[in-house]
Amino acid sequence: MIPVLEDLHVGSVVAEADFSITRESLVRYAGASGDFNPIHYRDDIAQSVGLSGVLAHGMLTMGLAVQPVVDWAQDPARVIDYQVRFTRPVFVDASAGAVVTVVAKVGAVDLEAQVARIDLVVTYNGATVLGKAQARVNLA
Amino acid sequence: MSVNPKLQGRVFPPVAPYLVGREKVREFSRAVFATHPINHDPGAARAAGHADIVAPPTFAVVVQEATLAQLLSEPDAGIDFTRVVHGDQRFSYSRAIVAGDTLTATLAVTSIKTLGGHSMVTAESTVVDADGAHVVTAISTLVVRGDE
Repeated sequence: MIPVLEDLHVGSVVAEADFSITRESLVRYAGASGDFNPIHYRDDIAQSVGLSGVLAHGMLTMGLAVQPVVDWAQDPARVIDYQVRFTRPVFVDASAGAVVTVVAKVGAVDLEAQVARIDLVVTYNGATVLGKAQARVNLA
Repeated sequence: MSVNPKLQGRVFPPVAPYLVGREKVREFSRAVFATHPINHDPGAARAAGHADIVAPPTFAVVVQEATLAQLLSEPDAGIDFTRVVHGDQRFSYSRAIVAGDTLTATLAVTSIKTLGGHSMVTAESTVVDADGAHVVTAISTLVVRGDE
């Protein structure tokens, strides 16, 4: 069933998910998006610009973080606005990969517009990696 | 080299139209862990009232990319690509992108701010469909690190 706006409470968790990212995920995202910046697949180049190693595309983290909201809303077209701030990198170890955790909570409910604001807490290694991560979901 | 403050308010010519392919939407969906049937299955998409499969919320970045390339290659922009960090990103939709759409993006530089030696460039790409109707506006803030 599609979520009912009137039943939502600010602060309640509507979706949670863990995503395991590997170097393969980064290569796949590079091909799909066209972002071939080598800091996302070459440790030597990442290190030459002062990073500890290869990091995930910020847009990959942004892209996957909204998926639990899509599944909750049951239609990707219900996400009418989505914004994030990139605050920390997600380093993806060549063998261990990285796990990104998403918790989606109700941030605000606009009954007149029939829109819920869902706030995302996105963490890697115990620290948040996205700031002001908000999706506006049309539940009309 | 520093970012040219005269960029603020500049509107670029529209980039070449982008045809949204069904397999591209599926490929992008797999890449961002989007598993909902409406992202992959035309039958599920039509049952939900869509003309074809629906792209994930961040797919607009693929269309926006050509406009940001315009900005970075603008001769008088003064933006050193190797010093650019993605600060924040927003997508505001009038309607979702579906396979079969022909989309045209136009870039405008809406703001340039300097903060402690760094420049913050806000670029807005307005995306319209074949009828000229608004689909999505993609807004990026790029942080250009100052000379060390």
